[in-house]
Amino acid sequence: MNLTAHAPILAIAVPLLGAFALPLWAKLHRSLRGGWLVLVAGATAALTALVAVQVYTVGVQVYTLGAAWPRDTLTPGGFPIRIVLTVDALSAFMGLITALVAMVGFAYAWRYLAEDEGKTLALTLGTLLWAGMLGMAFTGDLFNLFVFLEVTSIAACGLVGYRTWASRGPEAAFKTMVMYTVGGLFVLLAVALLYGEYGALNLAYLARQITGSLIDRIALALLLGGLLMKAGAVPLHMWAPDAYGEAPAQAVILLVANTQISLYALFRVLFTLYGGVADPGVGWLVVALGTLTLLVAALMAVVQLDLGRLVAFGAVSQIGYMLLGVGVGLTAVAARPAYGLVAIQGGIFHMLNDAVAIGLLFLAVGAVEKASGHRNLAHLGGLGHDLRWTTGFFLLGALALAGIPPLNGFASKLMIYQSSFLLSPILSALAILASILLLAVFVKAFQGAFLGPRLTAAEPVPVPMLVAMGVLALGVLALGLFPELVVRHLVAPAADALWTGRDLYLQAVLGR
Amino acid sequence: MIGNVPFVVCMVLVLLGLWALLFRRNLFKVVIGIKIIENGVNLYLVATGYVHKGVVPIYTYAPPDAAMVLPTPQALTLTSIVIGLATTALMLAFVVVIHRHKRTLDGRKVTELSG
Repeated sequence: MNLTAHAPILAIAVPLLGAFALPLWAKLHRSLRGGWLVLVAGATAALTALVAVQVYTVGVQVYTLGAAWPRDTLTPGGFPIRIVLTVDALSAFMGLITALVAMVGFAYAWRYLAEDEGKTLALTLGTLLWAGMLGMAFTGDLFNLFVFLEVTSIAACGLVGYRTWASRGPEAAFKTMVMYTVGGLFVLLAVALLYGEYGALNLAYLARQITGSLIDRIALALLLGGLLMKAGAVPLHMWAPDAYGEAPAQAVILLVANTQISLYALFRVLFTLYGGVADPGVGWLVVALGTLTLLVAALMAVVQLDLGRLVAFGAVSQIGYMLLGVGVGLTAVAARPAYGLVAIQGGIFHMLNDAVAIGLLFLAVGAVEKASGHRNLAHLGGLGHDLRWTTGFFLLGALALAGIPPLNGFASKLMIYQSSFLLSPILSALAILASILLLAVFVKAFQGAFLGPRLTAAEPVPVPMLVAMGVLALGVLALGLFPELVVRHLVAPAADALWTGRDLYLQAVLGR
Repeated sequence: MIGNVPFVVCMVLVLLGLWALLFRRNLFKVVIGIKIIENGVNLYLVATGYVHKGVVPIYTYAPPDAAMVLPTPQALTLTSIVIGLATTALMLAFVVVIHRHKRTLDGRKVTELSG
């Protein structure tokens, strides 16, 4: 069997089957479960990396399920009838983000989750969520996008609400589930509209056929609404702070990656599916939603007293930066001025930076909660005396997220500021304002929780949790000190996939 | 000929479901609203595949010159129904847990999380 050719489907199948086998191993013995998880997670990460290497060195990878050989996408009539996975540089980039986040999350969960509080369940759902995210990133047809969207929805809401002995988790999970399901149904209705008009589900084939008729516009509005609901952009963000606040920390960073995958799906729809009939008005809509998101979420963060919810609003506001960056690119995609590409690069680079920095913050909040027993800023104080490493990690993550120069958040935010300034100076002013607000919020939270006299007794944080946070902290530093390298080798090809890569994507599937 | 009537009916169902979702406070009725939206979308999917005077798309059973309805939307709808079953079961489970903790199903009274 040719492993390289089959890697895209294996990267989805291995965690999917591995997740369902996990509880069976746990029934036999706990150590078997641990070994199995290491095996599955390692294999999935390796397969994702293999796909990424192929994509970055060779070009767009296509895999056709049930065909005689993987690249045989078309029937003799020239019509893509089978389920096709299409992995371009952006999909591979998203795959790498999910792999990083999942590995760090599992390492953290090893000692973070208590054995009698549904650890097996949380690990199973986490693996399932990872499989769904990889599926969304790699799929090449719209209906499977919906299917994997629902896989991530169910797994994510399970992770938010599985602690049924507390009342807040299930409440947050119900709210999240309602938003996710309605969003998913909007996407399904859009798929049905497009199928009714063109009789196809393959993304590349639809992209070639699309004419921009009224039905197409209605479908675009439904896709935009559904995917933004899943991504947690203002005004559809109500679920996000609840879910981030109530899910266990290792699940929260997977939920953050999940919102980014939904954004990826949105960008795929906007640039690849509707790239041929691009309308600057849609770009301006995305820009407006992005600006609204980053401002409103930063303002909401100011009034939070719960450390988890405070960081959660910080996470929502980062979604706004990604939307702003890519939205600026979308307004410019027809005329192709240079700043459009920089904006898209900034938005995509910010996905990686956000996953690393906000992940670090959420893990630090989880460590604080485990060590001291609560998260309310009114009760916390002086944790810096006992939790030295965690204090450092929280500060690092907070400064990176607020965009302080030597750290990674600054590198991508600068690209977004510069390019949105060329579109409209007001946009970059608002974006900088939101960053300053976030800095104020995080300084307040840091001072309240970690500095001052010792108010709360804190137990030491277990070493695996510190190691997981340390990996992300190293990421924050490395991405901040060497942004050029990352942008040139990882981000630029991913941005090109949106900017000019549409024809390559279509050719890879349709062959002409 | 019934023309576009099935599509209009599906959209009416979707809007009815959205109305229930937005204006009903009972959590069970919220779930029912979502189910109504889902059924509207599923019916829409099946309706897109209908061919006038078409027969069941089983190749060996169909008369030689008959038009068959499109099989793909039916497969999609089946998948969507199964997914809908999973999401509904999960949502109802959460409703039961919420009721066990709060002893009420009024969406305004169960809220602990806000702001």
